[in-house]
Amino acid sequence: MEHPERWHRDQFRQHGPFGLRHRHGHGGPLRREPADRLGGGVAAGIAAWRGFSPTAVRIVFVLATLVSAGWGLPLYVLAWLFIPAVGTDANIFSKARNDTGGIRLAVGLASLLIFVLLIAGALNGGWFISWAWPQVFSVAGLALIWRNGAPEDQATLRHLLEPLGAATDDVKPSRRSAWRLVIAAVLLAAGLGWLFSAHASLALLRPLGGVLLVIAAIVLALGPWWLRIARDLAVERQAKARAEERVDIAARIHDSVLQTLALIQRRADDPQKVIQLARLQERELRSWLFEGRSPDDAEEITVADGVRQIQQDIESRYGVPVEAVTVGDCDLDENLSALLAAAREATVNAAKWSGASVISLFAEVEPVEVSIVVRDRGKGFDPGSVPEDRKGLAESVHGRMTRRGGTATVTSAPGEGTKVTLKMPRSSLTAGRS
Amino acid sequence: MSTPRVVLVDDHGLFRSGVRAELGRQVDVVGEADDVQPAIDLIGELLPDVVLLDVHLPGGGGQAVVQAVKASHPEVRFLALSASDAPEDVIAVIRAGARGYVTKTISTAELADAVRRIAAGDAVFSHRLAGFVLDAFAGGPTAEVKPSFDPELDQLTSREREVLRLIAQGYTYKEIARELFISVKTVESHVSSVLRKLQLSTRHQLTRWAAERRLA
Repeated sequence: MEHPERWHRDQFRQHGPFGLRHRHGHGGPLRREPADRLGGGVAAGIAAWRGFSPTAVRIVFVLATLVSAGWGLPLYVLAWLFIPAVGTDANIFSKARNDTGGIRLAVGLASLLIFVLLIAGALNGGWFISWAWPQVFSVAGLALIWRNGAPEDQATLRHLLEPLGAATDDVKPSRRSAWRLVIAAVLLAAGLGWLFSAHASLALLRPLGGVLLVIAAIVLALGPWWLRIARDLAVERQAKARAEERVDIAARIHDSVLQTLALIQRRADDPQKVIQLARLQERELRSWLFEGRSPDDAEEITVADGVRQIQQDIESRYGVPVEAVTVGDCDLDENLSALLAAAREATVNAAKWSGASVISLFAEVEPVEVSIVVRDRGKGFDPGSVPEDRKGLAESVHGRMTRRGGTATVTSAPGEGTKVTLKMPRSSLTAGRS
Repeated sequence: MSTPRVVLVDDHGLFRSGVRAELGRQVDVVGEADDVQPAIDLIGELLPDVVLLDVHLPGGGGQAVVQAVKASHPEVRFLALSASDAPEDVIAVIRAGARGYVTKTISTAELADAVRRIAAGDAVFSHRLAGFVLDAFAGGPTAEVKPSFDPELDQLTSREREVLRLIAQGYTYKEIARELFISVKTVESHVSSVLRKLQLSTRHQLTRWAAERRLA
């Protein structure tokens, strides 16, 4: 049972990042490639699937959009909705189907656009209108992707919506709405009057000027509603960020406070040790809460530093020797810090539960990813029978890794020890520098 | 197989007597030396099967002993030992001709086993040496690497890399064999081949890597 993501990464490695050197595709199912994306990773996905260069696919797509008067864009959005991302089997649409709020938003946005286009069309908008019609579907689709997509999908859209979010801040609702509507009505009347007046000398400019005035009127009348929708999107984004933060805090507290409490219970017969542990924990918690410093990033600058820090901490706290080997090195970023935190958690688990006399910790920095293997020859366990409330491996290790695009594999069997393999892709920031 | 005859070379008397007491029953410790010149003389005289050699010696380091003895008695085999593990020193001793490297924290049983394997002509890689070697051969050949007379010497095969990774994770040869579905003999031959590459490669990067490490 090969892991789909690893399989994909191997493909990626063989063919190089741009896929320019290979002629045939990977032979697997069609998947979007968020790793190599400009939008939803559709072009890159098709490229990898059929073995083309992503750049070529993109050029063909742009040409097709030009020829089909804009229908390429909604098609792209549809593909984004219906093709699952690499490593997953569920597409965004399967999630969006049950999202009534999202569907309402999509219908609202689409009807708004239809309204605008109907008016503009009635006023003879020319080629612009025929291009804009397909975008009704694009807008609805993008709204659904925004509500239901993976974090990286949302990040891409956020990039596009950022200016709108900023614009919502200086809108004061209802105070000036009466004035606004009056001005809108005047503009509308002027625009319509201009359009239907028979002024011979301005014949050529007439449609254009009229359309401009009508659009200005629509923006004035309906703009606030539209901005409110954009603001709702921003609020939703914040809520998501808060939820993620909460999960991170829970993991952090589990790592430090709960672990120390467990240790204190086991050492209850040794008052000296209990005091020492409590002090240590107090220091950690204070520095994290009041100085905004996480307890384990004090001296961690590179992966090797971090591994050394884990080795020292585990050896001094649990008295179990840790044999650490690091191959290569690179600076830490957020993802790699999460990887180290997960590795620390796995090592703590091994020190506490395995009963092994030594734990080995192996880290390797490669051009595309960083992997850490934590291994012991201790008791081992049956991975299927870990109770739900013992959150160590499940949340701290697995959750931490997958939230940031990494993977965690645990192999263990009773009596045969445990091996935790963690892999985190390197971001473009740290990749290449080693 | 007969008990291997061993000479201990280490500048710490305490360590020598400790190893001698622990290994006494499993190998035949025929002599001890505490510095480079005495060691060269003693080894030339006793011609042991295996020399347990401290990487750090006051009079020039373990590699001086290996080089001098290899010149006149190539059949003597060396197993390097060290507590401090500076990678460039370890690699230097291996490149001088030692057939393996273990840390001083190794258990007695493992050390005795390592001595026997060296005596039998195998290579012995500790988890740390495996890490160093992976590091030194990282990145594959690049344009700036001056090719050796045999370019295969300049890079590790993916299988050799895999074996080294598992050694670095603390796997024994037997466990590696099971993990990779190969025989223990095959694992040994992979390790020997890595050792050969390490010693014979003129890979420019090996030297540069060591130089960088020394600066850091």
